[in-house]
Amino acid sequence: MTHSTGIDPNLPQVQASAKPRPKTLQERIDEFPWWVGGIFVIAIGAFYLVTTQTSFGEALNFIRIGIGITITTTLYAYSIALVIGLVAGLGRISRNVVVRNLSTLYVELVRGIPILVLIFYIALVAVPDSLGVFKTLGAWLTSNGLGFIGQPLAAINNDSISLNVRAIIALSVTYGAFLAEIFRAGIQSIGKGQMEAARSLGMSYGQAMRYVILPQAIRNVLPALGNDFVAMVKDSSLVSVLAVRDITQVARLYAGRTFRFREAYTILAILYLGMTLILSLVVRVLERRLHGNSRK
Amino acid sequence: MATAASKNIIEIRNLHKYFGDVQALRGVNLNVERGKVVVIVGPSGSGKSTLLRCINHLEVETEGEVWVDGKRLSEKNKDINSIRAEIGMVFQLFNLFPHLSVLDNIVLAQRVVRGRKKDEAVQIAHEQLKRVGISEKADNFPGQLSGGQQQRVAIARALAMNPKIMLFDEPTSALDPEMIKEVLDVMLALAKDGMTMVCVTHEMGFARAAADEVIFMDHGLIVEKGSPDAVFNHPQEERTKLFLSQILSH
Ligand SMILES: Nc1ncnc2c1ncn2[C@@H]1O[C@H](COP(=O)(O)OP(=O)(O)OP(=O)(O)O)[C@@H](O)[C@H]1O
Ligand SMILES: [Mg+2]
Repeated sequence: MTHSTGIDPNLPQVQASAKPRPKTLQERIDEFPWWVGGIFVIAIGAFYLVTTQTSFGEALNFIRIGIGITITTTLYAYSIALVIGLVAGLGRISRNVVVRNLSTLYVELVRGIPILVLIFYIALVAVPDSLGVFKTLGAWLTSNGLGFIGQPLAAINNDSISLNVRAIIALSVTYGAFLAEIFRAGIQSIGKGQMEAARSLGMSYGQAMRYVILPQAIRNVLPALGNDFVAMVKDSSLVSVLAVRDITQVARLYAGRTFRFREAYTILAILYLGMTLILSLVVRVLERRLHGNSRK
Repeated sequence: MATAASKNIIEIRNLHKYFGDVQALRGVNLNVERGKVVVIVGPSGSGKSTLLRCINHLEVETEGEVWVDGKRLSEKNKDINSIRAEIGMVFQLFNLFPHLSVLDNIVLAQRVVRGRKKDEAVQIAHEQLKRVGISEKADNFPGQLSGGQQQRVAIARALAMNPKIMLFDEPTSALDPEMIKEVLDVMLALAKDGMTMVCVTHEMGFARAAADEVIFMDHGLIVEKGSPDAVFNHPQEERTKLFLSQILSH
């Protein structure tokens, strides 16, 4: 009864492909990843500069102090952006008119404003203004006998939220909108039969999302999420405008103090290149692993 | 009106359904008694799938009433999930969850909808897999199964919820001919066990063997209904005769 096809469905469904024809020299030359060689040369050059020229060595020693801030800012901001993105992405396809339009408004606003401007605006306008709201709320609560919530709220002032934290808020709000679009596309890429099957079994919309749609959608968009993580590492350099001491800011300080612009910005560029290349490699390996495992 | 004690487990009154300007159903009335097997036939676009999908509210009626087991389906009915849990549905394209193993496909809804403990859900899943004849595939993923096997898993997944009604929407029409029988055999056994079934299918053999009532639909209306013998061998309506001559001629 089970062997109706005569083919064992356990066998991998790979069709025996013809043995590949050996490649010609021209094809090998065309296909060789020469750019990797270029990267290699840059790496060796950088190593040479840093070890032989004391000015480059000094620049590296100074600038690498900022690596910690760059990495933690990116990690915090990306984690928060994932949560915002998932919520806003679900909101974009919600059947609730208010939720759907608010989410779309958020995404469109962020996409229509340069990241640099958003960072200034969120850190220096939006955060102080919402603190003002908290203060007023706190004072109101206190005057209404709810001092235990009101007083701590009223006590929050501009200084209690550092520029580092504001930078993280600004980056996560910005990237939340980008990730929202990725999540939305991922969810919409899952055939509607999946939602119907889940609902027909009695699952609620939320249960169907959580157990059936999102696991498949997120798996589909992992490469895109990885790419945006790499992009955020680079965009985190923008927070230097808030005087957050990431590598860009530290490099600027170093260049301003020593006038060694060549050293400072060469080292800075190579540090970013190193981080993004390593991360891209990780993303690619992850992607390949997923493809290898994917059960059709 | 319908009550839980009524012998009709499904009662459909004057059901209309519009998709924009398209009128998919134009006033359908249908009662299905407990334990009966109803087979729906009709040309493409006649509203068979729409009717079936209104029974578990995958489509919301534009006008009219659908009652299932004494409960009226409506947009405001907060109970819709618990009503759906009593109605199994089998789709043309199986719609198994590709990221879950066969076993987990069958366990998932039992746990999150029925709230069953893991051990119990797994045991029931194994029983249902045995019932549809593919116990040995429990740990495979859907993509590793043939179409016929996938459809039987889909049936097992629905049965594990202990539904009172099973809906089938052309369950064999996406299958290679040699796999159709294995699915029809499962459906026949189910009918023998006394399951209430509403099946959209053009498998005449199945209809003759299992159906208590055959319904012929055209243009969003039930044109003719009766026993398989009456509808297939002695159709009264011209449209039924035309349709039968078309599907029998190939
Ligand atoms: N989601 C939808 N949006 C718009 N029109 C639809 C939708 N679903 C069905 N229809 C239309 O409603 C009518 C009935 O469709 P339905 O799928 O119920 O027919 P059917 O009898 O199941 O046909 P088939 O044998 O091809 O499956 C058709 O004209 C179809 O185009
Ligand atoms: Mg149909």
